[in-house]
Amino acid sequence: MIEAELSRSVARWCKGATGVTGAAKLSGGASQETWRFDVVHPDGPIGAILRRSPKGYGAAPTRAAGLAAEAQLMQLAYEAGVPSPRVMHVLTPDEGLGTGFIMQRVEGETIARKILRDDEFAAARPRLARQIGGVLAALHKLPLGKLPELRSRSATEEIGEFERDYRSLNWPKPVFELALRWLRDHDPGPSAERTLVHGDFRNGNLIIDADGICAVLDWELAHLGDPMEDLGWVCVNSWRFGEIDKPVGGFGTREELFAGYEAAGRKCDPSRVKFWEVMGTLRWGIMCGGMMQRFREGPDHSMERAMIGRRASETEIDLLRLLAPRGS
Amino acid sequence: MQDEPTPVELTKSVADFLRNDITPLISGHQAFKLRVAINILDLVTRQLTQEEGSDASEVERLRGLLGVDGSVTDLNRALAERIAKGEVDLATPGLAEHLWATTMDKLAVDQPNYASYKRELGR
Repeated sequence: MIEAELSRSVARWCKGATGVTGAAKLSGGASQETWRFDVVHPDGPIGAILRRSPKGYGAAPTRAAGLAAEAQLMQLAYEAGVPSPRVMHVLTPDEGLGTGFIMQRVEGETIARKILRDDEFAAARPRLARQIGGVLAALHKLPLGKLPELRSRSATEEIGEFERDYRSLNWPKPVFELALRWLRDHDPGPSAERTLVHGDFRNGNLIIDADGICAVLDWELAHLGDPMEDLGWVCVNSWRFGEIDKPVGGFGTREELFAGYEAAGRKCDPSRVKFWEVMGTLRWGIMCGGMMQRFREGPDHSMERAMIGRRASETEIDLLRLLAPRGS
Repeated sequence: MQDEPTPVELTKSVADFLRNDITPLISGHQAFKLRVAINILDLVTRQLTQEEGSDASEVERLRGLLGVDGSVTDLNRALAERIAKGEVDLATPGLAEHLWATTMDKLAVDQPNYASYKRELGR
């Protein structure tokens, strides 16, 4: 059924297009869906992706930038040479597809464990930590004046927000309390520089092929803040997928990440990066608690969501390894 | 007193049936969900086997740290509050050891294959 609406849509903005085929839902949260499809065109099929909030869904959660901002950011990134899918069309209300946008489909792999283990990526892997540094530097250089309206958060405000989220779970966790104290004691204060922050830049949200990074996905948590936040988040142990001695997504060292970042003309602050890594580890732990709560209260009563609740303890051991390491 | 088999034995029998007899019949997304289901049953049997012992040691340590008595939930709440207030921290004798022991016991049930846990187990 969605193919009929997509066919009418592409006929309006893609010259020569005669329809669409192969529409399939890739993922669907409570308020957002991702679909893949091919535009039928005399020159050959064009791979495309639809990201949308279906009709009738309310506003996005408060932390999300919103689909319109996401489309604008991806387009800006694409134009600035940051690996990103090209936005082909922003949906209009009369198309009956809800709100969202259509982008070019980028071929490659996003499943972190495959990227870390399959032979196909063996040559790319040792280069990825440095490459991630370069891509983040380019992203942080996007001119503020061109960005859509985004929320802005200092480290201090973020700590407060996570503490509220954690307390609302009524889930007493001494290790999380210890992490909150550590964050307050090590709050680096306002960043000298405020830039675009991707907000969820990690292994799993990157399309990678045999040559390296092809595209950065999932811009929905983009905001303005301390650029070191992105460098800390990409190092969180949860995104190393078992390769725990390679902090940058399981690919390589912090030194390689910093070298790639600085080679692109930007400065790193390793102590701020460490602060954001601790913050990110706690953030994922609290998100696991949020999954547990949503499982309990519905509407998503799935086994998968239930089991994510039982992954909070992974972040507790990682917080202890960061804050109270035992002798080797 | 309830009759036997025990909950552990019953849960294990279901997990083994799903693992050995159903897994070969299922593919795609349902196969993924089946793996999650088996993982849940395995977690439940680990918890049923280990919880009593680990909770008892946890309560013992918490009594020593806090100087009060209570259920494992009450004592965790009390410790969380004291850390939040800054009355107890990593300089407090026994706190780091307690948090490590408790966390290791949780991982043993939740995610015994988690790489950080396996690394720390070898220390």
